[in-house]
Parts: sequence; structure tokens; C-alpha cells
Amino acid sequence: MTDAPQVKHHGSDMFEGYPVDTANTAGDQVVTNYTINFGPQHPAAHGVLRMVMELDGEIIERVDPHVGLLHRGTEKLIEYKTYLQALPYFDRLDYCSPLGMEHSYVLAIEKLLDLEVPERAQYLRVLFAELTRICNHMLNIGSHVMDVGAMTPNLWVFELREDCLNFFERASGARMHSAYFRPGGVHQDVPERLLYDIGEWVEKRLPKLFGDAMSLVIDNRIFKQRNVDIATVSKEDALAWGFSGPMIRGSGIAWDLRKSQPYDAYAAMEFDIPVGTRGDCYDRFMVRVEEVYQSAKIIKQCLRDMPTGPIASLDRKVVPPKRGEMKQSMESLIHHFKLYTEGFHVPAGEVYVATESPKGEFGVYLVSDGTNKPYRCKIRPTAFSHLQAMDMMSKGHMLADTTAIIGAIDVVFGECDR
Amino acid sequence: MAHPAPLVAPQPSLATALEKLLGSDLLAHDFAADEDSITVRREAVAGVMVALRDSLEYQQLMEIAGVDYPDRAERFEVVYHLLSVTKNHRLRVRVSTDEATPVPSIVPVWPVAGWLEREVFDMYGVLFAGNPDLRRILTDYGFQGHPQRKDFPLTGYIELRYSEEDKRVVYEPVKLAQDFRNFDFLSPWEGADYVLPGDEKAGGTGEGPGKGAPTPMTSKEVKAADEKAKAPPPPTPKTTEKPAETGAGNKANKEAAKPSEDGAKAKADGESKTPATKKAEKASPNAKAPAKPRAPRKRKTGGDA
Repeated sequence: MTDAPQVKHHGSDMFEGYPVDTANTAGDQVVTNYTINFGPQHPAAHGVLRMVMELDGEIIERVDPHVGLLHRGTEKLIEYKTYLQALPYFDRLDYCSPLGMEHSYVLAIEKLLDLEVPERAQYLRVLFAELTRICNHMLNIGSHVMDVGAMTPNLWVFELREDCLNFFERASGARMHSAYFRPGGVHQDVPERLLYDIGEWVEKRLPKLFGDAMSLVIDNRIFKQRNVDIATVSKEDALAWGFSGPMIRGSGIAWDLRKSQPYDAYAAMEFDIPVGTRGDCYDRFMVRVEEVYQSAKIIKQCLRDMPTGPIASLDRKVVPPKRGEMKQSMESLIHHFKLYTEGFHVPAGEVYVATESPKGEFGVYLVSDGTNKPYRCKIRPTAFSHLQAMDMMSKGHMLADTTAIIGAIDVVFGECDR
Repeated sequence: MAHPAPLVAPQPSLATALEKLLGSDLLAHDFAADEDSITVRREAVAGVMVALRDSLEYQQLMEIAGVDYPDRAERFEVVYHLLSVTKNHRLRVRVSTDEATPVPSIVPVWPVAGWLEREVFDMYGVLFAGNPDLRRILTDYGFQGHPQRKDFPLTGYIELRYSEEDKRVVYEPVKLAQDFRNFDFLSPWEGADYVLPGDEKAGGTGEGPGKGAPTPMTSKEVKAADEKAKAPPPPTPKTTEKPAETGAGNKANKEAAKPSEDGAKAKADGESKTPATKKAEKASPNAKAPAKPRAPRKRKTGGDA
């Protein structure tokens, strides 16, 4: 037997060093597995993700995601900042849903302080957390459909995302990195007109525009071919791989922290948890679509029931006084000065607080040693666990399915790499 | 229940169940801030996890966090966060270790542990025996050191930039135009763990750094206060019609009307001189003579006058 001729790939010297099986098999030609780099700069990777993929033809044999290209040492930086100074870092983790990240952090601080938060602040937080969820899902749904070939819906839902960002701007002054949730409440009250406009938007614009965009996608033949039965995850796998959020609900487990471990005003909200039946990319997509409608429902309830009153705790050892107060009272001035230089002290202890961020369970493990800076702030990102299952999910699928799988994970690297 | 953080129902039977299940592997169990945490023997952690998953329904491993306590004999703590979706409860499992002693890997129990252990290894240098793929994960290829350790400087050691001359990215030792400034904002009056110079004798206040003042009013009370403020003002005060209603008039009782004895005595003393004064006057009769008036100062000459 002589050695069979080997298939030459373009730039075959790239693969030098990989073991080549030279023994002849049944066919005339031996096609060796080869390895490609997906990323680090790839439009469908939703950020800087490098995946070393071993392919057998076009079938994925093994995926090794290399993360950490956006690692900024957030956790280390937080240890050198006071509790309030560390807050804006959370906006910059998952920059697609900034307020969802802040939410876990402020709740962790409040839990350590055992601080009461006024009802209006709780309602405002729920309102803006749900707006953030819509905002996040608009980006994910839009880019997911674009990754598998549809252009138009993305442009439409981005308009809705833009509306959300405008609402954030009107509430906090910043479109994305709002730093609006603060330990003890929210930063400032919202104008009445903003609440009215959000109500109008949720009532009229969102269902119409979003419904139109989704009508193009959800029954589309091509979209279904690209997503149905791709990366099916069973309930057992979803539990073992630490899935959460739409990923675990897509697999058919009705688990939502807003329902099971309610925080802020969620206990008073009525909404449903959508679940998938097959656990594939299409189910995850549809779970997100339905979540948008459920978020709209929660927003309406917030607007209906929102009480009046203070928007932050009146504990002046944690929440700074208003500017007007400072001009009248020496004590307020002192409080303000102390809070913005030294910051407040958090009693020693440790808590793990997880909230249902748009992407899943976003947790903050906060260890305090009783000073004004966190001793340790471990951030539990959602995408880290999901991305680890990439190998398990994409084994045996085609290379082109990778984009659909990543799209359905909803990965953002600011949060994954920290 | 004041804080708005996620509500998890406590599990009063958990402590006995854990003791029964884990036996001598359970070193400590504490319940603080509404959260259960247990410390277990390092060598037994894999078995403990299997037991917790299969017997106590903790189906999910959500997080593994490393914490560095440089003062301890075993400086690292590896903290596992488990979640039960059926019991709706969270459990924190701690083991401690040092730089050299590996912790048994729990990848066979939960595949998600693979990356989580890699991260703790990358950040703290904790070794996990049995992890099939213990590479660095978040830091750069070829990175040295473990950045989350407390003795690793925030600014790091190596920086990289794109070099125009070499047309590639080059790695260099960190050069800072200005040193990293870390301000100590701790007030020396509360919470600081050092003694101010000259303050050694005074000692500390004896109380640890505590939480701030309690919330003066709950939100409900604030709302009630707002409502009260909105309530109609009280009726205008009635007019004073008789002198008796003013509160003025004669002293309430006779005793109060009398001048006090002390007051009378002090008055008499004030008029006479004290014995010391009298003595001084006798000894030097001229002492009170006015001094010679001082001559006016001469004006300075020269200078800028």
C-alpha cells in the first residue's frame, strides 16, 4: 500500500505540526481534521471571543473558547474603591444591560447594611430593570436574527432599543452607563412626564413595532431551519452546566429568580415565566421574545402602582442629602462631605446576592471587613458558564451553526471577562 | 426583614440534615445575613459535593470564588455557591488551602466547575487536583503571577503597547508617569486600625467598626409624616382675655418670693475688701501710685518710611 495523496488546503503550511493520519482508509483520499480560529475579531462573536475549533470537514469536533481578551481586572479595581465608587464598574460589565448589573450590587450592599429602601425606589428600580431587559433583548434578538441572515428586524428593534436608551438618559443623564441605582434607592426622582411617556411607549409603540418585527422572523422558514434542533440542551445538562435565565428556561425548567426569590417590588408583580419545550436555539429565542411582553406587563404594573414618597433611604449615614438640604443645614453638608470622601462603612460579613439579569443569574459575592471598601467582590457572570458549554452544545453541528448558538447564548464579553 | 434583597425562606432543618449527612467532614455551619454557609474538610470536598447534590437536592453549582486572607495559615478560601431549584435555597461551601496544597477538583460532579476552577487558579494560584484542563483563563497568554492575591499590586508588572518601530505589540515593565495613589479615607475617629501619634494612652473606643445609624424613619413612617404635613393647620390659638390666662402674676408660692440667704450675704461681702487686699495695701502704701507716663516712641528713620 502506498500513501494516499492528501488533500491540500489553502495555505496548508498553516497546519504544520498537527499529527496527520497517513494510514489509508476505505476511500481514496484522507481528509484530516483541521483547526481554525474563530475570532478574536469576528462580527458574529458578539465581542472579542477567540474559539479554536477543530473541524472534520464542516462538522465541529471540538471547540475551545479562549476568553479573557476583555479582562480589565474589575474585581481587583473594586477592592481599591469605596462602595459607591465601585458602582459604575458594574455598568461596564454587561454594557448591554447596565442597570441589571447594578441591581445585584446595590442589593448586596443593602443586605449587608440591612438597609430599608423606600417603596417608590423599589418600584423605580423594578421599572428600570425591566426596561433594561427589553433593551437587552432588543439587541440580542436583533443580532441573533442578523447572524442567521435576516437584516430588517434588526433595524426595527434597534429603534426600540434607542427609545429605551432615551428613557435612561431622561432618568439619569446617561444613555448607557447610568449609575442610577444607588445603595439605599435610586439617584434621583424621575420627572412625571417620563413615566407618562414610558406608559405610552409600552402601550402603543412597543407591541406594534416589536410585533411587526417578530412576525417577519418567528414563522420564517429560513430562520427555523437555522435554529430549530440546533444545540439541544436537556434539563439535566442545563442544571449540570450551571445554566440560568433564558438558557435554563429554554430547556424547560421554569426557574426565574424574580419569582422564586423575589427582590425589591417583584413580589407584588404578576407575570408569567415562558419556558421552552425542546431546549434548542429556537426555544431560547422565543423565550426572550415572550419575556419582552412579560416585561412590558411588569412595567405597566409598576406605572400603575408606583407610590409617591422618598426615592432613597433617609439614612444619612449611607445616602447623601439633597443639594437644597446641604445649603440649609451644616449637618447635611458634613454628611455629604463624608459620604463622598470616606464613604460609608459596611459591617463585616459576606453575602451572595443574585438577581435575574436579562441574561440569567448575575450574582455578587461581597465580602466586607467592616471598612469603607469591599474586601472581595466576586462577580458571577452569566456568560461564563454558558460559554463553557459551547463545546458540549456545538459538537456535531456545522460550522455555520456556531453563530446561531452564540447568538442564543446572548454573550457579552464585558461581563464574561470582567 | 428590612432590606429588599432576594427573599429565600430559611431551612431550619438544614443544620441537622447536614450534620447527619456529612458527619466529621463538616467543620462548621453558620447562618448569617439569612445565608447558610458550611466549612468542610478540604480532602473530602468532592464527596461532600456529591452528597449535597444527590441527597440534599443542590442541583446547581453557580459559582466558585476565591478569597485571599494573607494573615491565615492557609491563606486561600475557595467558596462554592450551590443552588437548589427544587428547595429554592442557596448553600455556601467553604474550604481553605494554601499555595501548595491542591483542592480536589469537582469537575466530575459538575462539569461547569471546569472553568470556575480555572479562574480561581488563574486569579489566586490555587491548585485543583483532577481538573483535566487547568490552564489560565482570564489573563493574557504567558502571564505570570496571580493578580487577585492581596500582595499583587493593582498596577501589575508588565504593560503592553503597539510599537511603531517594531510594527508589533511589545511587552514592557510598567512605567507610570505618576505613582498609583491610594488614599486612606478612613476616619481616625472610627474604624481605623492604627493609633494616631500621641494617642497611644487613650486606646480605642472599644467598639468595632459598626454600621451607621439606623434608618431614622421607615418608608411608611415617612409617608405618614408627609400625609400629616398635608393635614389642615391646627385652629388659630384662642385669644387671651383675662390677665390670669397670660401665665403672669404673683409668685406661685411664698418661699419663691423670698430673696435667698446666699444672695444677701454675697452682697455684703462685695462691699468689703478681702483680707488679702487689706494686707497688700498696708505693706506698700505707694503701690497704687500712677506710673510715670511713658515717652512716645521715636519714629524709625530710614527704611521704607
